[in-house]
Amino acid sequence: MTWLWRPASPKRTLRRPDVRAIDMPDRTVFRSLANLGIAGNACLKRITSAPNATDTAVIRAFAGIPALLEQAPALILCGRTLDCECLLGPIDHPFHVSIRGGRIIDLTPAPVLMRTWRFSYRASPAAWAEYWQPAPRPGWHDLLALTKREEATLEGDLHPFMTHLQYFKDVLALPRLQHSVVPA
Amino acid sequence: MTGYIEPMLGRYVHVEIDREMHRIYFEENGAGIPLVCLHTAGSDGRQWRHLLADQEFTKTFRIIAFDMPWHGKSNPPANWTGEEYRLTTARYTQTVRAFCKALMLDKPVVMGCSIGGRIVLNLAIDHAAEFRALIGLEAADFQAPWYDTSWLHRPDVHGGEVCAALVSGLIAPQSPESSRRETLWAYMQGGPGVFKGDLYFYRVDGDLRGRVENIDTGVCPLYLLTGEYDFSCTPEDTMRTAAAIDGASVTIMEQLGHFPMSENPDRFRRYIAPVLDRILKQSTFTKQGEHA
Repeated sequence: MTWLWRPASPKRTLRRPDVRAIDMPDRTVFRSLANLGIAGNACLKRITSAPNATDTAVIRAFAGIPALLEQAPALILCGRTLDCECLLGPIDHPFHVSIRGGRIIDLTPAPVLMRTWRFSYRASPAAWAEYWQPAPRPGWHDLLALTKREEATLEGDLHPFMTHLQYFKDVLALPRLQHSVVPA
Repeated sequence: MTGYIEPMLGRYVHVEIDREMHRIYFEENGAGIPLVCLHTAGSDGRQWRHLLADQEFTKTFRIIAFDMPWHGKSNPPANWTGEEYRLTTARYTQTVRAFCKALMLDKPVVMGCSIGGRIVLNLAIDHAAEFRALIGLEAADFQAPWYDTSWLHRPDVHGGEVCAALVSGLIAPQSPESSRRETLWAYMQGGPGVFKGDLYFYRVDGDLRGRVENIDTGVCPLYLLTGEYDFSCTPEDTMRTAAAIDGASVTIMEQLGHFPMSENPDRFRRYIAPVLDRILKQSTFTKQGEHA
C-alpha cells in the first residue's frame, strides 16, 4: 500500500472527543425544567448519577430544543403528521418528549411514573457535545454514526423514528445553531 | 439561443446483460482515455455531472457515466414482471463489462463509488487485464452494517424520504448545502426497492474479504480514495483493504464523505486530479514504449 495523501493524524477518527462543557446560553425551560440538571427531581436523583459540568450543559441544551424548534417552521412542517411519545437525551438523564404535529409540546425529565414511550434515542454527553459542534468530527456528526460507534442507543418501536428520520436528525441538531455558522 | 448549454451529451445504448437486452442511458464528454464512472447504490449518473463538465479533464479523458438498469433513465428491462430487484456481484460485473464492450472502449479506466468502488475491486480481482486503471471511491472489501435495510422498502415508510435521510449523515458537514441537497434528491427519486436491491450486493453477495489479496496492481493500477466523514465505508475499512493489496494507492480525503463527486465537487477535484494525471502519464509512457 502506498499513500498518495493522508491526513497528518490518520487515527484521529478513532479518538474519543475531549469531554468538555459546551457553552449554551440559558433559555426558556419547558414545564418542570426550571432547575433541571442542577437539582433534578427526587426520582431522577434515585436512579441516575449526579451530572457533571458537561452533563449539565448538555441537559440545558436539550431543554432549549423546543424553543429552537418553534423558530424553525420548515422543520415543523416536515413533522406535521407526527404525533409521538419518545425518550431522548443523555443516556443517564433523558427526557420524555411529546410531539404533536411536529411541535414539541412537552419535554420532561425522566423518569415519570408509568409514562410510556415508543422509541428511545440516547447518547453519551460527550457524543451530544460533539454532535452539536458547528463541524463535528468524523464519526460524531450523525445520529446513526453515533449508534454505529456505540456512543448512542436506539431502542423500542422505531417506526416513528424511521418515518421521520431526517426530522429527528435535524431537531436533535438544533443546538448547533447556538454556534457560529459553518463555512462552506 | 442565449442559454448556457452544458457540454455533455446523453444517449441510450442497447446492451445485452445475462441474456436480457437493456436500454442503458449514459452521458459523456471529452476525448481521449475512456473513463467510465459508476454511481452509488440507489442513485444514478447525475452524481458525476461536475466531472463530466470539467474542461481540463475532458481534454485528455472521454468521461462516461451511465445509469445502472433500474436507476435514473435506465428502465428495468422490457421482460421484467415486477419480481424483487437484487444486484449480485456477477450481474454487476457483467453490466460494467457489457457496457464497456458495447461502446467498444479500449482498455478504459473505471471509477466507481461505494457499490461502484466495491465492484471495482472485483474487476481488479477477476478482469484486471481489461482495464487501464481502476479507481475505487469509498471502497473496501467489506463494511460493517449500520442499519437494517428492510426499512428501505415497505409500504408504511416513504422510500424516498427514508433512503435520503439514512444517507444524509454520510455527507461531510462542510459540504455546500446546495450540493448536499442535490445529492439527496437523487435518493428521493429512486425506484421502490432499488436502493435495497443494490445493498444486497453490498451487504450479502459482495463480500470480498480474502479475495483482494489476489489483485495484481502490476497488471492494472488501483487507486483507493475515501472521505474522512464516510462512516459507512470508513477510512479504516479502506486502509485495511489496501494493506492487503501490494501496490494499491490510498488517499484519505479531508472534509468529504461518501459522495465526494457530488457532495463537494470542487474539493473532490483536488483529490482526483493527481490520480488522473498519474494515469495519463502512465498511459502516455506505455504508448511511447509500444511505439519504440
